[in-house]
Amino acid sequence: MRKVAIVGAGLTKFVRRALETPKELSFEATKTALDSCGLSLDDIDCVAHGSAPDAFDGIHQKGEYLADGCGGWNKPTMRVYVGGATGVHAVVHGWHHVASGMFDTCLVVCEEKMSNAMPHAQGFFLTIFDAITERALHPNLLWIFALEMNRYMQRYGYTKEDMALAAVNNKKNGLMHPSSQFKDEITVEDVLNSETMAYPVSRLDVSPVSDGAAAVVLAAEPVARRLTDKPVWIEGVGWTLDTAYWATRDLYYPRYLDKAARMAYEMAGIREPDKQINIAEPYDPFDYKALHHMEGLQLSPRGKTVELLRDGHFARDGNLPMCPSGGLLGVGNPIAAAGTMKICELFWQLRGEAGERQVPGDPRLGVAQAWGDLMQVSSVVVTGI
Amino acid sequence: MSEKLKVSGGTALSEEDIRSGKIFVTEDSLNCAYAWDTGVAINRYLAELKQGRIIATECRKCKRVMLPPRLFCELCFIPCNTWRHVKDTGTINTFSICHVHWDASRIKEGEDPHLPAVIEIDGASEGMGIMHILGEVEPEKIKIGMKVQAVWKPETERTGSINDIKYFKPL
Repeated sequence: MRKVAIVGAGLTKFVRRALETPKELSFEATKTALDSCGLSLDDIDCVAHGSAPDAFDGIHQKGEYLADGCGGWNKPTMRVYVGGATGVHAVVHGWHHVASGMFDTCLVVCEEKMSNAMPHAQGFFLTIFDAITERALHPNLLWIFALEMNRYMQRYGYTKEDMALAAVNNKKNGLMHPSSQFKDEITVEDVLNSETMAYPVSRLDVSPVSDGAAAVVLAAEPVARRLTDKPVWIEGVGWTLDTAYWATRDLYYPRYLDKAARMAYEMAGIREPDKQINIAEPYDPFDYKALHHMEGLQLSPRGKTVELLRDGHFARDGNLPMCPSGGLLGVGNPIAAAGTMKICELFWQLRGEAGERQVPGDPRLGVAQAWGDLMQVSSVVVTGI
Repeated sequence: MSEKLKVSGGTALSEEDIRSGKIFVTEDSLNCAYAWDTGVAINRYLAELKQGRIIATECRKCKRVMLPPRLFCELCFIPCNTWRHVKDTGTINTFSICHVHWDASRIKEGEDPHLPAVIEIDGASEGMGIMHILGEVEPEKIKIGMKVQAVWKPETERTGSINDIKYFKPL
């Protein structure tokens, strides 16, 4: 396998409802990523593309529709889709293209426009439940998060206030992110006093609905070294799928992530992730998920995560900053694009280019992760400089 | 170091932009209809529910008694031919009190919240939960670990559906 580096990155602003079409959003992020490393589309050998359900846009085979905006014209172009995990998984997918020796450069582009769906994109998640044994109960997407959050909290004696601390941490970081759709800081009280949607989930425990796109440029080692003196290497990748019988696993621990993380760390030669990793971008569509995933990523002992969070361990200037980008809670959650945004953040942070969000102490190793499908899939990317 | 991120695109629209006709919107509505055959294992599960019983399958290798029943064990990847009736009682593994409908609209004043739960069924292997809903219980009194029992629809109203169990109520 060849060494693969990230050499460029681009983002649109994340907004509740964007003027741009999905294809236009894809173009903006893709062009920005190309410009960031001084490449044009002629320099790109292939495209790895990711976008979540076709139903959001009401356009079947959305990958083909989006391809023009992703720079896919007349190039080997392939879409991957693993629900919420798509944004990180598309980078794993692109890594394969280059690591295999087949291509020297690869554009990875993820886009989501959730505002198209009426009255609310959430409705389309109904169809992920088992058609016969679950959908007949008229579930909604919040149920599974609420069930998982409640089990996680009960298992370790965590409170809603504990979970809100993660929302406050991430939203605070996000205020410094130029793509963020938020302007206001929030407090633990704000989270606790926000509307109860599905106990224990309150409105501010949840990331928003967003439109946006994100892109990174991958290059094989010789090309990467020619393009930049600061390539950000993809040191490890991992992904796993757990069973779709989600109610038959105990939801307090993300088993799907445990294996994916160990796979990525093994490839990266990391034996003590909690000591070696300098920046973590765990997937945080809900505040509890950030903490749940820190445990699955082996970055925090099970049941001790709130203690570490309260001690400032995961703050931007702590030992192991969690979601310095702001994450989905602090920047926004255009599903597939949100995962790639986390990879973009590692790129800027490890190069020391994150502006006021910059994590102090010259971080060397970072990990990004995303999660999706019926609470069962996880994709992990470890990057280093 | 300076911020290297240059954001391009993502122009925020307001409700007013659309209401005022400044931005044009094209609308469509898709109507998708489906009829799912219930398959080998679930068909028998539903037939038993119609009789007021819950049936599981057992894997001869890992010995898991599995709900919902399945044609094959996804861990051992061998066929499951052994069927076992299990009880209609169980334990709440986790639950929620949901004030939101599937389309994110809110439940109305006076309307009861939805009470979904994962229930570990007695007689199935440990941790074998099914998703169902709770009833005949004050939402604030629900606890993880609480024992519950199925409340069945009257026999004449059962149709071979997971909804032949109306809900689970505390024992």
